[in-house]
Amino acid sequence: MASQKKNDRGAREMTGAAMVVQAMIDNGVTDIFGYPGGAVLPIYDELHQQESVRHVLVRHEQGAGHAAEGYARSTGKPGVCLVTSGPGATNTVTPLQDALMDSIPLVCISGQVPTPLIGTDAFQECDTVGITRPCTKHNWLVSSVDELAQVLHEAFHVATHGRPGPVVVDVPKDVQFATGIYLPPEAIDQSAYAPREQGDQAMIEAAIELMASAKKPVIYSGGGVINAGPEASQLLRELVQLTDFPITSTLMGLGAYPASGDNWLGMLGMHGTYEANMTMHDCDVMVCIGARFDDRITGRVDAFAPDAKIVHVDIDPSQINKVVHADVPIIGDCGNVLEDMVRLWRARSGKKAAVISDWWAQIKKWRARNSLAYTPNKDVIMPQMAIERLYHLTKDRDTYITTEVGQHQMWAAQFYGFEQPNRWMTSGGLGTMGYGLPAALGVQIAHPDALVIDIAGDASIQMCIQEMSCAIQYDAPIKIMILNNEYMGMVRQWQQLLHGNRLSHSYTEAMPDFVKLAEAYGGHGVRCTKPSQLDDAIMEMIETPGPVIFDCCVVTLANCFPMIPSGKAHNEMLLPDEATDEAVGSAIDGEGKALV
Amino acid sequence: MELSRTMSDTTDNKTRTMPPPASAYFIAENRERIVRHTLSVLVDNESGVLARVIGLFSGRGYNIESLTVSETEHERHLSRITIISSGTPKVLEQIKRQLERMVPVHRVVDLTLVAEQRGHDKALERELALVKVAGEGEKRVEAMRLADAFRAQVIDASTDHFTFEITGRTSKIEQFISIMAPLGLVEVCRTGVAAMNRGSQGM
Repeated sequence: MASQKKNDRGAREMTGAAMVVQAMIDNGVTDIFGYPGGAVLPIYDELHQQESVRHVLVRHEQGAGHAAEGYARSTGKPGVCLVTSGPGATNTVTPLQDALMDSIPLVCISGQVPTPLIGTDAFQECDTVGITRPCTKHNWLVSSVDELAQVLHEAFHVATHGRPGPVVVDVPKDVQFATGIYLPPEAIDQSAYAPREQGDQAMIEAAIELMASAKKPVIYSGGGVINAGPEASQLLRELVQLTDFPITSTLMGLGAYPASGDNWLGMLGMHGTYEANMTMHDCDVMVCIGARFDDRITGRVDAFAPDAKIVHVDIDPSQINKVVHADVPIIGDCGNVLEDMVRLWRARSGKKAAVISDWWAQIKKWRARNSLAYTPNKDVIMPQMAIERLYHLTKDRDTYITTEVGQHQMWAAQFYGFEQPNRWMTSGGLGTMGYGLPAALGVQIAHPDALVIDIAGDASIQMCIQEMSCAIQYDAPIKIMILNNEYMGMVRQWQQLLHGNRLSHSYTEAMPDFVKLAEAYGGHGVRCTKPSQLDDAIMEMIETPGPVIFDCCVVTLANCFPMIPSGKAHNEMLLPDEATDEAVGSAIDGEGKALV
Repeated sequence: MELSRTMSDTTDNKTRTMPPPASAYFIAENRERIVRHTLSVLVDNESGVLARVIGLFSGRGYNIESLTVSETEHERHLSRITIISSGTPKVLEQIKRQLERMVPVHRVVDLTLVAEQRGHDKALERELALVKVAGEGEKRVEAMRLADAFRAQVIDASTDHFTFEITGRTSKIEQFISIMAPLGLVEVCRTGVAAMNRGSQGM
């Protein structure tokens, strides 16, 4: 790339492959995750001849996608992955959909067979843009080198503006070889895609008036606040402090408001706390900021917050009125809207807001119910205790947590206290088992000196275990803590609740020896079965340099509570101390079963 | 439309014979009225844009009753898509929002809603059909006579057939086709609906 001519606008002649790398550099990319193959070899050749972009070689393209997601979520920058045509592209479908549902900016560049071969069933050909159309925010097949630079810059623009999301740029091999004129991002007009980011002032004023009149308010925040950047989380904290409103959050939004904060109710939804769900159910004004009323949040929609006037702040207009009616819809970036809300609330400081001390008294009663309580055991490790101890031993460090999907994920959300945004990476919308390990790898690449822990389950971890090899190769000292109960715990829990305790294929009869597995990859393995040795085992995991797998053998039959059973509302939760075998078996009554 | 009606009939039969499986999803019965709206969607005429729009409808379970597409502004490479869809008012709002947020979509206008706001009965809607009718003798004369009454034009003819071109509202076309059925109807081709609002204002 050194030999190209320059002209006034920064236009230079180069090959398509060089443009791909140059566009990454010009868009601030420093690390990418990828896997080579025939249709991307020209790009890999360019990567080999430069030092600005570091390439991390994964072991499977799914790992590349999730690693890029972890990178993006912990930095706020777009994650980038590079894959070949055919199977390389199809293997990224899961992370693309994952990023779409969790609004993660992801730029995936895929190789494609040469233009003349497209449509001939060529070797490693697939209709990448066709396959990825519904699982991306937008995608492009670049048919000429002349449009490549513009498409690449637009891809970064679309991925990171408005509601963030994944994009795919499919580049045929002949386009990579062809020579054309490269233009830098500044030289390209990207005004075509410009979503609204500033909220409507009249609506924000109406929201503030409604909030000031509320006797039983609640703030329900989500991943949109995290996506809006650390300033948005700071503004959210200011708003909570000014209003003294109670605040709960979705799984995606944990860390925007600190778990140690006075107004924190804990997570809401299916496995949320009693106080969070009861507050949501009984509130008279709900301020939803950057969340989307997912079915795991609302439970039974017709019994969802029956008395609430709802303020809904979202950058994506299609989320307004999708599930529940918004009385005050505000379309805009959460950071901008929160800034206006804080300013307007301050401006009305002379006027009095409704008194909410009775509401807090009620919330304190719900809190006293202690819905996350569990019975500790001297002989076996309770999974909840394992997370509590992990939190206790890592909270004063520079820690990032990722998870896989299942019971361990919910326990991590319930028992690990997140104080900062961008510290919690979990597959929320898609619920992708196998997300946590590669995501941890991506986080560690972005933050080499941080403590990055993947809280895993014994089943999920085996879905992307191959990335251990990648972690070893790049000295990425990720820590994998497996809550090993020998079951697909959440599947089993549902079989107990919904299918008469018939545990169809949810028990893993042949489990690998995770300690030996860690050693086979060149990492370190730790196993612990006794509560008395748990702290030492956690410390060994943290303090051993390099990647570690900690096989934390927990009680096998613990289930995740509290839980809103099917067809039930927020105020009909199943609490842990009420969840006897009989109660679990009959939690979903005939009517509940008949609902679907 | 027909397909979805048939499908819901089968489900009804099933529910009578065996209990549905349990699930954690709460699915409320739809009690809202179904309405039919005409949407105009202005999009970049780029590769795959139609697949994107149609994929949105099939992927999210929305109905398409009629779809008409053509490039309308050549210099800016803009195509105008006219879609007739039906659903609850909430679903129709969702369709608009989902279309609006697609990258190549410039504007979405609900013509039915605009017509209501401007106090019109409905938007102007026209469809063109080519109708081939074969026959001899009295049937042939009758077909010609009816075509005159419907202001259909003969665009091809031989001693044993006519091909008519007819333009009008969907209901008129439907009626013409059903009248031609007993008179030797061979083939029908329809364009789908093109639509815009009344009055001097643009989209």
